[in-house]
Order: sequence, then C-alpha cells, then structure tokens
Amino acid sequence: MNSEMFIESDLNRTNKRTQALYRTLFIIMTLLLILPVVIILGTLVYKGGGIISIDFLFTDPINGMTEGGIFPALVGTLWLVSVALLISVPLGVAAAIYLSEYAADNWFTRIINLAIINLAGVPSIVHALFGVGAFVIFFGFGTSILAASLTLAIMTLPVVIVSTRESLQSVPYAFREACWNMGATRWQTIRRVVLPNAVSGILTGIILEVSRTAGETAPIMFTGAAFFLPYLPQGVFDQTMALSLHLFVVATQVPNVPDALPYGVALVLIGLVLLMNSISIAFRMHLRGKKKW
Amino acid sequence: MITSNKNFAIETKNLNLWYGTFQALFDVNLQIKEGQITSLIGPSGCGKSTLLRSINRINERLGYVRIDGDIEVFNKNVYDADVALVQLRKQVGMVFQRPNPLPGSIRENVLYGHKLHKPGKITRHQQDEIVEKALSQVLLWDKVKDHLNRPASGLSLEEQQKLCIARLLPVQPKILLMDEPCSALDPAGTAAVEELIWELRGEYTILIVTHNMAQARRASEECIFMLMGEVVEHSLTSELFVTPQSTKTADYIEGRYG
Ligand SMILES: Nc1ncnc2c1ncn2[C@@H]1O[C@H](COP(=O)(O)OP(=O)(O)O)[C@@H](O)[C@H]1O
Ligand SMILES: [Mg+2]
Repeated sequence: MNSEMFIESDLNRTNKRTQALYRTLFIIMTLLLILPVVIILGTLVYKGGGIISIDFLFTDPINGMTEGGIFPALVGTLWLVSVALLISVPLGVAAAIYLSEYAADNWFTRIINLAIINLAGVPSIVHALFGVGAFVIFFGFGTSILAASLTLAIMTLPVVIVSTRESLQSVPYAFREACWNMGATRWQTIRRVVLPNAVSGILTGIILEVSRTAGETAPIMFTGAAFFLPYLPQGVFDQTMALSLHLFVVATQVPNVPDALPYGVALVLIGLVLLMNSISIAFRMHLRGKKKW
Repeated sequence: MITSNKNFAIETKNLNLWYGTFQALFDVNLQIKEGQITSLIGPSGCGKSTLLRSINRINERLGYVRIDGDIEVFNKNVYDADVALVQLRKQVGMVFQRPNPLPGSIRENVLYGHKLHKPGKITRHQQDEIVEKALSQVLLWDKVKDHLNRPASGLSLEEQQKLCIARLLPVQPKILLMDEPCSALDPAGTAAVEELIWELRGEYTILIVTHNMAQARRASEECIFMLMGEVVEHSLTSELFVTPQSTKTADYIEGRYG
C-alpha cells in the first residue's frame, strides 16, 4: 500500500494528456497570431525593400508620383504626429490624473468614463467628418496640419487617458496613504510619488498613440493632408502630404506606379512606427531599471 | 502647562462614527495621556482602526464617513474650521500594519516628510544629521548607515517598519498612531519594534492598536479594550490584565473571543 502511494494513477495520466493537449493548442494559437505580422513584414521587405534608399527618403516625388522619393510625406507625417501629441498628451495626462487621483466616484465621474469609452469606439471616418465640421470650417483653421492634428488628437485621446489612468492606478495605494499621513497634499503626493512611478506606463500609452496616429488616413484626408504637395509645410496652418495618405494614393489612385513603390512607402511607414516604438520601449526599460520597488 | 497632572494629548467626547448607514463607533469617550503609550485592544472589526484613523482625519477621504461628537488633540477640536489637515497630520503621524516605505532610497524616505514641511534648501550636512538622528532613534542607524542610498524596499519587514517610524520623526510629531505595527513581523522583528516603541515613550504620545495581548501587556502603560464599537474599559495596563473591571474584558483577555 505504502509503496504505491506515489505511483502515477490512470487519472493522473489522463489529466497529463489533457494538459499537454491544451498547452499545444495554446502554442498553436499564439503562433497563428504572429503569422500575419511575419507575412506582412516579409512581403513588404521582399517587394518594397529594393526601392528604399537615402534618395527615396529624402527627395520629392516626381512624374505624377510614379518616381522619386517620399520626403514631403515623411516630414508631413512627423508634423502631424508631433502636433497631435503636443495636444493630446498634456490634455490626456491631465484628465487621467484628475480621474485617477482627484475625482470622487459619483455620477459625474461615471458619465465622464462613459464618454471616454464611447469616444474610443467612434469610427475614424466619423472623427474625420467631425474634424472637417469643427476645425476646418467652424474654427476656420482650413485644411491644415492644425485641423488634422486636432482631429487625430481627439481620436487618440481615449487611449492616452485610459492607459495613463491605468498606470497611475498601478502605483500602490499604500504609497499615497503614506504621503497623506505625513501631511502631503494631493499634488505633492502626485508630483513626488505617483507620477515618477507611473511614468513608464504613461509612456506606453503615448507610444500606442504614436503608432495609431502615424498610420491613420481617414481623419487627415479631409482635414489637412494633401494628395500631392511637393514642398514642405512651413507651419501648422499649411497643408501637408502624409505617408499614410500617400500610400493610399500611390496604391490606388495613380496610374502607372511601379510595383515596388507602394510597398516601399508602406515599409517606411511601418519602419517609422517600429522605430518610435523601440526608442520608447528602450526608454521605458531604462526607467524601469531605475525603479526602486 | 499649568497643572502638574498629565495632560491629555487626545480626547474624544461622545464620538460616534458611521460608514454610510453602518455605525462603527458608539459614544467613545477617551482621554489619552500625553507622553504615554496607550494600547488599544479588542477583537477584529470592533473599530480600533476606525478610531485611530479618525484622529488624524484620514477617514474623511472615503466620502461616506459621518462623524458626530468631538475629537480633541491637545485641547483643539480637529474638526474646527481653522484646523489645517496638513498641520494636523504633521503633528499626528501614523504607522500602518504593513510597512509602506516609499519608493526610493532609505535616505529619501527619511527626508521625505522634512522636505514636505520645510521646503527650501538645507545643506547636505544638515540632511545627514536629520537622517542619522531619525534612524538612530529607531535603532536602525548602525545597520543601514553604510548603505543609505539603497532602495528601502530591500530592507527586511522589521527594518522597513522601523524606517516607516523614522520617516515620521524629522517633522517632530507629537503623537504617533500605530495600527498593528507588528502584525506583519516575525517574533524577533516584533520584539525589536516593540523595544523601539518603548524607547520612544515620553517624547511622543503613542496610541498603538494591537492584536497581541502579550504585546499590549509588555509595551504599554494604559490599555483600552473595545468591543463592537464601544469602549468597554480603559485603565492602567497592569490593572486591566490582572483585575479587569468588566466580565467582557476578562473574557477577551482569557481568549474567549479569539
Ligand atoms: N471603509 C469602510 N467602509 C465601510 N465599513 C468599514 C470600513 N472600514 C471599516 N468598516 C467597518 O467598521 C467596523 C470596524 O472596522 P475596523 O475599524 O477596521 O476594525 P478593527 O481595526 O478593530 O479590526 C467593521 O465592522 C468594518 O467592517
Ligand atoms: Mg484594524
């Protein structure tokens, strides 16, 4: 009796088999998930990699956009993303701080939360039309970087708010309690303890936003991005080309475009997003390394 | 002060407290003497933490807490309109059940409160003095003096709890409220922290909640027994455990409530 106590039973064996089965299943699902990424990147590099060169990045498109580079579109995307960030980050972070650190749990806060969730669910084409009505026409910014970036900012605001709020909430409540009990005001607590410990998470949200902003087409199409504009914008009231729209244009709107060109544009767009992502991930790891708890 | 008798550091008068509709404290009348260690015992859920947390008004944050009656700290009603919360919490420090060192180094932890209440530059030398004094008072200095810049979270729980006490001292509070400060510690840590609390007697008025009857007995001068939101008995520790006035107290200290 005693000697058999540790021997594997039939039930053990069945359970083990089931467990192995599920494990395999989950691994396959995960692999399936990265498959599209691999295929997309592979195709882009294979078909568009050849066209990428310093010249491609830093010259204007010529011959009805069938030749030449993408410089104005590249610069335009940087403009759009930066201005959108300048608007949405301070606004979104401030709102998140309010919601996480100050707001009481009452009907007002709940309405705000509901609004944020709904804002996140609005399709981008609706944002685009709203941008046209509000910024282009009503505020009179015309089709400009400002109008386009404002539209992008509003569209991505929920992401910033939600992710910032989550990273603020992930700072242990005990830290806040410790501060309050020493007589720290709310702001002192936020400034010295909560924010420094939430920064890496906040950055993640902003990165997410960058990726989304850089790739969006619909919201900028009617508000500030131009089909073809072979010079660089001088300020926020100018129109500009943008990579995403340029990709759409050369892929579908312009005849006689060499095959490699759209793939090349897409590759640059993805490259840009990946580059920004990796910079900020590196920065985040640097910050996390300094974290002291 | 005028009288030669001990003064009261904390006095509650007909204190009632509700969480929403649930009443957690019933007509609590207490007089806590200045410079003494008073322990607060009673079964879990009897309102010890609630009482403690209403003294420095940290309970208010919850929004749905209602209070009736007076809480006086050094003869000043803490609910008076001219009482600044920040000043109150500076005078009345609090130590929690789980040590909660702030993220940052040992040194930063000790200096944090000081920076809050005395903004403006002080020299490195002055900072060093503050840090050494506070850490010495909690019997931690010898152990950590060579690595003050290490993260506080790397300390053992006992050391963290001592640090949490040390952190309060630079702003010179008059009262220290401690909510089961040893319950997360092992017996050796408990003994060490108790020793430290005993050392602080006289200089600070200490109100300490404890689950541990032996601890209350060893480490306090007066003792309060609470049950279901009411104060049952408040007397000298030496008397309370030997000749309890109430049968409820007797039942509790003999372990009949668990
Ligand atoms: N934040 C709160 N909201 C509602 N009820 C609470 C809250 N905190 C404590 N209580 C209730 O008040 C009573 C006293 O709790 P507490 O003061 O924590 O007791 P103790 O510290 O003696 O264990 C308990 O019945 C508890 O459920
Ligand atoms: Mg408690």
